[in-house]
Amino acid sequence: MYALSIRNLVKVYANGVMALRGIDLDVAEGDFFALLGPNGAGKTTVIGIITALVTKSVGEVEVFGHSIDGDLDAAKACLGVVPQELNLNAFDRVENIIVNQAGFYGIAKKRAQFRAQECLEQMHLWDRRNEVARNLSGGMKRRLMIARALVHSPRLLILDEPTAGVDIEIRRSMWKFLKEINQAGTTIILTTHYLEEAENLCRHVAIIDDGRLIQHHPMAEFLRTLRQQTYLVTTMDPIAEIPRLEGFVVGQINEHELEIEVRRESDLNDMFVALSAVGIRVISMRNKTNRLEELFFDLTERKNAVSDEGIA
Amino acid sequence: MQFQGQLVSLRTLVRKEVSRVLRIWVQTIVPPVITMSLYFVIFGNLIGRRIGQMEGFDYMQYIAPGLIMMSVITNSYGNVVSSFFGAKFQRHLEEMLVAPMPTWAIILGHVAGGVLRGLMVGAVVTLIALFFTEVHIVNIFITISVVVLTSVVFALGGLINAIFAQKFDDISIIPAFVLAPLTYLGGVFYSISLLPPVAQKISLMNPILYMVNAFRYGMLGVSDIDIVRAYVIIIVFAVGLFGICMVLINKGVGIRE
Repeated sequence: MYALSIRNLVKVYANGVMALRGIDLDVAEGDFFALLGPNGAGKTTVIGIITALVTKSVGEVEVFGHSIDGDLDAAKACLGVVPQELNLNAFDRVENIIVNQAGFYGIAKKRAQFRAQECLEQMHLWDRRNEVARNLSGGMKRRLMIARALVHSPRLLILDEPTAGVDIEIRRSMWKFLKEINQAGTTIILTTHYLEEAENLCRHVAIIDDGRLIQHHPMAEFLRTLRQQTYLVTTMDPIAEIPRLEGFVVGQINEHELEIEVRRESDLNDMFVALSAVGIRVISMRNKTNRLEELFFDLTERKNAVSDEGIA
Repeated sequence: MQFQGQLVSLRTLVRKEVSRVLRIWVQTIVPPVITMSLYFVIFGNLIGRRIGQMEGFDYMQYIAPGLIMMSVITNSYGNVVSSFFGAKFQRHLEEMLVAPMPTWAIILGHVAGGVLRGLMVGAVVTLIALFFTEVHIVNIFITISVVVLTSVVFALGGLINAIFAQKFDDISIIPAFVLAPLTYLGGVFYSISLLPPVAQKISLMNPILYMVNAFRYGMLGVSDIDIVRAYVIIIVFAVGLFGICMVLINKGVGIRE
């Protein structure tokens, strides 16, 4: 059984905008799944439909086998959602927000208070439990929304840009926490603009663009389709002029740094051999951009180029 | 969700709404108390002395039930419209919409908050009335049942207003342009027997007239209209508005895209 199964999902908003043009998607139980796409691609609409905040125009959605048409309550009970935009009661206390959310899922007050403490401790917010939500920092509000989404122990957790505006330290600790709950059995679907986040966390990835699913693969297989990667190489000695390396495109950043494009058919050993041949000694090297980011732009731009040709 | 769980979700929302009313008591309880005190001083004490008696009672005694009812109506409506629209505006209404909480619990939870505030303000206004006049209660059952049912009706009305409201202007238009005129023309300050026949007939189309008069009947034993007809109208409104709320929320009007 899939944690999430979507068939031919179409959404046309009242203003005539067609946000989804027939999405088919399966997410296996226990998966850590990335749903990527540029702004306005339809990711948030998909999440809105799954969580019953947006009504679909056409299609079928099942959460752990429960249809959102015929068995919405059972589907909702399996779901926890962390929306993209803050949706906290700014004037309510942190602990109240979590206890009330548990209550809305039918969890009695005593148990709700126990779960609230657990979730707030996991999110390092227990010592802020008596503060009103509006006094929390942006990162704390995000963590509060995650704690709220987890209070009823959902089998499927959906996070829409959970680390937007969160500093690196908190982002890393959230990644660690999300990995832990995924390993404990919670299926996670993540949308993010930080593609490094998707690459680090997710086992499967789907890319949505213009309301259509344009890719859906395991992350490893997906990254193998990357056509080229760009590395920034720091050299031991200053470089007087850009070296000519057979089979590589080379640019110079400064006198100690080169930018080298490595195509998929080449490997890094070839690059080091070529560098050694011209007497360049390397002291460090890093990816210029995240690999997934390169692939993402490659895919969406290739699609746009095809569309432009079609229009022309 | 099992029925027991649904009751838990209702209790949670009631607790949340009650704590909201009590947390912002300076906004919810104090202003209507000041307004109603001014009504008692100006209309009852200063002008009322020159008016003399109405339906066999001092003018102050006559308008006391109307003023209590007016505060109940305004506050029951105002509490739900601001609470529900506030939740929509801040988007924390989604906390309930993503949970398997039944629609009837969402409605009753908000209505409970409105009724609580309406009755609290009504009780305080009754205490204030005691400073100015004698407060009679001829029939405690009619008095309490009418005030509670009326509070429910206007709490449901406030909920419908909030469901449709898209901006803050939308939650002040109905109270200013519909609720206030109907209340002032609903027999709060006068008996409709003072009106010309045509105006009396027009007044009978105002549902608030029935509520105010039924409440006055419970307190003073006098009414411009038949008490049974008043009950029927109040109950029909309560059931009808509840049904409309169920349909609107289930359809996602104003709350789902």
